[in-house]
Amino acid sequence: MTQDCQPRNGRDGSPLGLARRGFSGCIKSIEVAATVHGITAVELERRLLELGFLEGAAIEVVHEGPVGRDPIAVRLNGTIIALRRREAMAVFVT
Amino acid sequence: MSTATEIGAWHFALVGTPNSGKTALFNALTGGRQKVANYPGVTVERKAGLLQTPAGHRVNLIDLPGTYSLRGRSPDEEITREVVLGRLASEPPPDLLLCVADATNLRVALRLVIELKKVGRPILLVLNMIDIARRRGTDIDVEKLSNELGVPVVTSVAVRRGGTEELLRRMDEVVEDAASAPVESTWSPPSTGDLRAAQREADRIMRVAVGAPKRPDTLTGRVDAVLLHPVAGLLILLLLLFIMFQAVFAWARPLMDLISSGFDILGVMAHDALPEGLLQSFIQNGVISGVGSVVVFLPQILILFLFILLLEDFGYMARAAFLMDRIMGGAGLHGRAFIPLLSSFACAIPGIMATRVIDNRRDRLTTILVAPLMTCSARIPVYTLIISAFIPDRQVWGWVGLQGLVMFGLYAAGILSALGVSFVANHFFWRDNAIPPFMLELPAYKVPRLRSIAIGVYTRAMMFLKRAGTTIFSMMVLIWFLASFPRPPAGASEPAIDFSLAAIFGRWIEPLLAPVGFNWHISVALIPGMAAREVAVAALGTVYAIEGGKEAAEQIGQTLASNWSLATALALLVWYIFAPQCASTLAVIKRETGSWWWMAITFGYMLALAYIAALITYNVAVALGAG
Repeated sequence: MTQDCQPRNGRDGSPLGLARRGFSGCIKSIEVAATVHGITAVELERRLLELGFLEGAAIEVVHEGPVGRDPIAVRLNGTIIALRRREAMAVFVT
Repeated sequence: MSTATEIGAWHFALVGTPNSGKTALFNALTGGRQKVANYPGVTVERKAGLLQTPAGHRVNLIDLPGTYSLRGRSPDEEITREVVLGRLASEPPPDLLLCVADATNLRVALRLVIELKKVGRPILLVLNMIDIARRRGTDIDVEKLSNELGVPVVTSVAVRRGGTEELLRRMDEVVEDAASAPVESTWSPPSTGDLRAAQREADRIMRVAVGAPKRPDTLTGRVDAVLLHPVAGLLILLLLLFIMFQAVFAWARPLMDLISSGFDILGVMAHDALPEGLLQSFIQNGVISGVGSVVVFLPQILILFLFILLLEDFGYMARAAFLMDRIMGGAGLHGRAFIPLLSSFACAIPGIMATRVIDNRRDRLTTILVAPLMTCSARIPVYTLIISAFIPDRQVWGWVGLQGLVMFGLYAAGILSALGVSFVANHFFWRDNAIPPFMLELPAYKVPRLRSIAIGVYTRAMMFLKRAGTTIFSMMVLIWFLASFPRPPAGASEPAIDFSLAAIFGRWIEPLLAPVGFNWHISVALIPGMAAREVAVAALGTVYAIEGGKEAAEQIGQTLASNWSLATALALLVWYIFAPQCASTLAVIKRETGSWWWMAITFGYMLALAYIAALITYNVAVALGAG
């Protein structure tokens, strides 16, 4: 039931926080910039992991919020997760 | 807690991720036999119930707050951790952890099971909603799953009669097996590395034991295409909110009127049956109207929670939060705060109770803090009385009624001040200054189950009557006491309230209220007016010695118009936007936050706002010649 994907070689990941609806790809890495969040970087990384974000997982942006296209909803192994673009900046996808 | 504990009974704890169907399973296993209270010293709700295994063992089942891990990121999740680890003094260590997982959404749940295994307590993994997984053509090899995880696994359908039989049967076996081999806990808060490793292991087990659904759920996607549409989605949300507001505001009205006139009749009957005197007044105005003022809120609370539980079960609540997040977030409010705040337009009491839909403690407290600023229906009698007495009934700009415009202004002032207070609280009040992230699962849509909804609504109603009700009732009796003691001397011609503690206190605070233009009549009326905002109208009638009480509203208006200046009237209107003139609301805040401190903060900031705003209004009005 899990869908894995191979990150395409030779390409750096781009932040999920910039992806538009319809984007479909693969999680390359989860790296939290320390300063921009209300919670610590490690805590945000843990929370993302706890929701099922993991390197190598297939991901798809399925919905965008009505104001400023924020938050977004992504499909992650059959589960739909909503998160703000600000937090999604920590997830790099290809 | 000792109340639900029985000697020799087993203690089981339900653990699971949010949306795992944990509450439905809890309802199915315990039926109506549940108790809701708070854990000692915290605001976290403790849900416990009783059940019996086929072998005849009695079990105390406790439903722990949903969590993705035992790290304890919020007070709710800390409770889950402490109970699971057996570290909470008030709770016996669980003999069995019933880990609930949604069979259609196992990936994250399996990671939680891997973490729970480290605790060393017996675990039984319950694959709930197995019927939906089968309908989708998902092959789950239960035996393989159990072998790979090293944990017994059982399937269940919480919402179907008989769907938990196998689960009940296995309980006996698992507890007996485990009793012989106790294991020490090796749990420690998982690092990011631990989480990655556990999730990889869970994914490996998924590949071995769980097949891909042959007929994946496409309904949720299709419904979401409409409900999460940037335009249609918002319109549907607004329509839903409008219906809900109508229901709480208007549909509850006839029932509330029925209840309050019922209690009025009961009061009059008691009045007629008892000899003139203190006991008569106590029974009629203290006890009967005190109980009445609690019960009168029930229709609103029932209707509101019916809506909330329906939307929650259907899976819409998370979507509404998704749609509202940016809109509410600008003022520092959580996306889920809109339902409590909207309900507060009808009455802050169901609104504050509805803040339970907000998981994060800080977001919840901010919402509780600003909810009483929403213009509740009890302010309307006060507003209409003063507006009709002082604001001329004429048109401005050709087509807008001036009276209606003032009313609109009062509503707008309430909303704007709520947004302002929440903004200030978020930027200056919360010391950590961290805005909690918005990250949540949007669960697959499900048809709500009436039985589960009915249990939920019933539990809320009982909780309100038992917990908030007792506090509201005692405050009503206190207010009656203040307004009735000491008794007037024989042959006094002034109204009885003139001799009471309320009047003494009112005259005492009058110098404080003089700068905002309030005379002693107003100061005195404000004290019984604490019973409920609309009571102030009748109280003004009493202090101005108008016979006929509530029916004499028009006469009161004329009396006020001849006694007050326009500046005083405007100051009183502004006072009522902000002032904490409702003992019941304060009582509910105390009950919901579990602390006098939050009640005091709400009282204090609202009083300060009311005083400052009324002071400015009065002085500006006087300066403009309305004094």
